Amino acid sequence: MDQTALLISGLTIFMLAIFVGWEVITKVPPTLHTPLMSGSNAISGITIVGALLSSGAGDMTTAKILGMLALVLATVNVVGGFYVTHRMLSMFKKKK
Amino acid sequence: MDNLTNVAYINVAYIVAAVLFIMGLKGLSHPRTAVRGNLTGGLAMLLAVVATLFHHGIVDFKCIVGGIAVGAVIGTILAVKIEMTAMPQLVALFNGFGGLASVIVAAAALSENIEATAPDQASTSLSFSIATMASGFIGAVTFFGSLVAFDKLQGLILKKDLRFPGQQFLNGALFLLCLGLAWWGVMTPTSFAPYWLLVLAAFGLGFFLVVAIGGADMPVVIALLNAYSGIAAAATGFVLNNSVLIIAGSLVGASGVILTMIMCKAMNRSLPNVIFGRMGEGGEVASADEVYEGKIKSTSGDEVAMLMDGVQRVLIVPGYGLAVSQAQHAVRDLADLLEEQDITVEFGIHPVAGRMPGHMNVLLAEADIAYDKLIEMDDVNTTIGQVDIAIVIGANDVVNPVARTDPQSPIAGMPIINVDKARTVVVIKRSLSPGFAGIPNPLFAADNTLMLFGDAKKAIHEIIAAVKEGL
Repeated sequence: MDQTALLISGLTIFMLAIFVGWEVITKVPPTLHTPLMSGSNAISGITIVGALLSSGAGDMTTAKILGMLALVLATVNVVGGFYVTHRMLSMFKKKK
Repeated sequence: MDNLTNVAYINVAYIVAAVLFIMGLKGLSHPRTAVRGNLTGGLAMLLAVVATLFHHGIVDFKCIVGGIAVGAVIGTILAVKIEMTAMPQLVALFNGFGGLASVIVAAAALSENIEATAPDQASTSLSFSIATMASGFIGAVTFFGSLVAFDKLQGLILKKDLRFPGQQFLNGALFLLCLGLAWWGVMTPTSFAPYWLLVLAAFGLGFFLVVAIGGADMPVVIALLNAYSGIAAAATGFVLNNSVLIIAGSLVGASGVILTMIMCKAMNRSLPNVIFGRMGEGGEVASADEVYEGKIKSTSGDEVAMLMDGVQRVLIVPGYGLAVSQAQHAVRDLADLLEEQDITVEFGIHPVAGRMPGHMNVLLAEADIAYDKLIEMDDVNTTIGQVDIAIVIGANDVVNPVARTDPQSPIAGMPIINVDKARTVVVIKRSLSPGFAGIPNPLFAADNTLMLFGDAKKAIHEIIAAVKEGL
């Protein structure tokens, strides 16, 4: 695929995802807004995928070193984010 | 398996991951399904990571395992150690890490691209260059802005909001500088210098944008930085032509934007006003002396306990003061005690109470208070006339009736919890000092209001002791 086609398909995905996100997230009640923030924050750690691709390279290049740094940061984001969200959500209980 | 089929399988896994992310967020639409929703999100991330490892370009697993191990240990420690009251700081910090990760991933992609391209025959596409610059710019603003937000919430170095003349001008200049550097970077795709200079300038912009914002405006900033971190991830997705990054990033971006809008609406302010303006600018306001002089009735724990005798409905309205004094468990004890005497106890939650969206709800949930007792502002207001006693704990501007009555006031039109319409109001507060808006609150001087001065936790313990004595 040439670059223009890639860009257009990327933009299509981008637009659609924003609409889906909008529909899904407007339904989150205010009670869960903090877990929503920490949980969605963990999802933004998806850059870990990019970090993996760079840090897994065979030769020790600038890109690889940068990739490893990003890998650590993104992992903190992902692991810490999902974990702390889980901790919070486990506390929400209904009336006994 | 040849490389092409391999990539196809990886992409299918990415689609599944994207679907799971969406389903996970959907789970957050109710507390009952939220735990599962979050786990679904985690599973999606795991799937995306594992699928990526099958990529033919990944040959060195030692570095990957090492990097993930270090990150996982740090992340786990942070997540386990954090106090619920400090959640805004932690979210700010994680936001920052996400932003910086985007900056560095884009840098790595750029570096690969430069090394692969001979200097005289730049084959880099325009969309790649633009996406790289966007990723670096947004990620860097997110990173430094989040660091400043973290610093302020934690009360480390910059405790006050820093404002100086020409700040807007400086921000504008920095933004133009960033645009210029991005342009330079797009024009010279084989050079690294413009990218790092752009990141540096964007650090500065992130710093000066957030350093001016403080206190009760923090929920807006955190929500906005959350949106940025998502958009940065989506931009990185364009750099790598990776659909799962684009989808996940846009979901987060949408989430942050929605929360930002909700927060702004709950303060009746526009986003530019929060970022560039200042609360409390505007019309003439009555001085504290005029409002309070001779009208303040101070009360004691004993008296409040006596008031509770024989009432039917009590509404508790928490604010940031509750978090500061860690009074959530004391409040739960009080609520339990009152419920034993067949008094209905509910909690009225203002959307911007605390330092991040939903901050109060998490604190009260931590103290084992059932989520169906946490009532949203609009629902509280419709039945406020039937409330016998409203107890305001460490909240000020969000219960200030001038928002309703005085069109000249800086908080005019801001939706508030109308506690002044309850039969009796008890305000637990350290002093008569103004809230973030910097204006006096006539609620404190109202005929049906009693002030219980002191630390929230201590004051509530006094009430509890007195109620128990009276039993």
